[in-house]
Amino acid sequence: MNLISSISLWIIPLIILFILVIALIKKVPAYELFVEGGKEGMQLAISLLPFFLGMFVAISILQSSGALKAATSLLEPILSFLHIPKEIIPLALIRPISGTAALGMTSEIIQSYGPDSFLGRLASTMQGSTDTTFYILTVYFGAVGIKRMGDALKVGLLADIIGIIASIIIVTIVFAN
Amino acid sequence: MVNIIWMIMIIIGIIFAMLNGKMGEVNEAILTSADEAISIVIGLTSILIFWLGMMKIAEGAGLLNKLSALLSPAVKKLFPEIPANHPAMGYILANFSANLFGLGNAATPLGIKAMKEMKKLSQSDKASNSMITFLVINTSSITLIPTTVIGIRLQYGSTNPTEIVGVTLIATVITTISALIVDWIFRQKRRRWE
Repeated sequence: MNLISSISLWIIPLIILFILVIALIKKVPAYELFVEGGKEGMQLAISLLPFFLGMFVAISILQSSGALKAATSLLEPILSFLHIPKEIIPLALIRPISGTAALGMTSEIIQSYGPDSFLGRLASTMQGSTDTTFYILTVYFGAVGIKRMGDALKVGLLADIIGIIASIIIVTIVFAN
Repeated sequence: MVNIIWMIMIIIGIIFAMLNGKMGEVNEAILTSADEAISIVIGLTSILIFWLGMMKIAEGAGLLNKLSALLSPAVKKLFPEIPANHPAMGYILANFSANLFGLGNAATPLGIKAMKEMKKLSQSDKASNSMITFLVINTSSITLIPTTVIGIRLQYGSTNPTEIVGVTLIATVITTISALIVDWIFRQKRRRWE
């Protein structure tokens, strides 16, 4: 744990140091390049704003209306038939849609069932093993102005489903005893 | 498709709230979430400016080319449409490396830059094959060490906060491989249609 946390503390400053030392050796105008790249970052952020805001508000409306909760209880009989614990279902549904909500749910599950319980381990694994599909598609496509997403959403969501199933199977096998 | 999904989310949300007596919550959500979205993007702006600035230096110093020369043999097969020496490859690999080491903050700007370079190649507002493959790998995120989750486990008194690192890695590798297979299947389907 100590090693891991010190690696993550060191890695970013070391990357910056490495880039600048090489730039110094190669006599590259580092500051000017930094400003040039930074301007590009600024423009990207501004063009991203409407895409992100639109999607974020839509997700919040859906979530606050209780529709997601209703979908969960609708799916519950099918999923419990497949031996998927019902406590994990809301997290599985929210994980691809909202990163912050999923993180909140993971903390809640870990808090109420304990980090070393089956549910705590399962929630940890599900939280860590996939990313928020909606966020990534919105931000990446939005920033470069892609209007037609093609199969990206379908493929991303299918992969999420596989990931959730994989997490459940692996956690069950590894922590069986 | 994104138009329909977006409209359906809002319409279902509002109708559901009407029937469910949650109009107050929805009203509140509209106002606060718009506000929150702005602060998230502003938070992202500082990271975008910093890392794209840094990466411009790396590009100028020839480091990005080195990275793609070093790693591209491994991922070239996934992106057959991108020429080996194209800057898109460098940014894709930089994004993967950042994700691998859990540097989510640095990964997003690099990913956006990679998308921009891929758009230069495709010259279209439609997602290209390479873009879809790239995003699918990103959504199934290969991370060696899930630091946030370890932090939460530690906070709630786990006897072994890092015990999930192994299973998470297995799960994420399985997810990424299946994502690539699903992507490949859809790619074949698209090819048949064209």
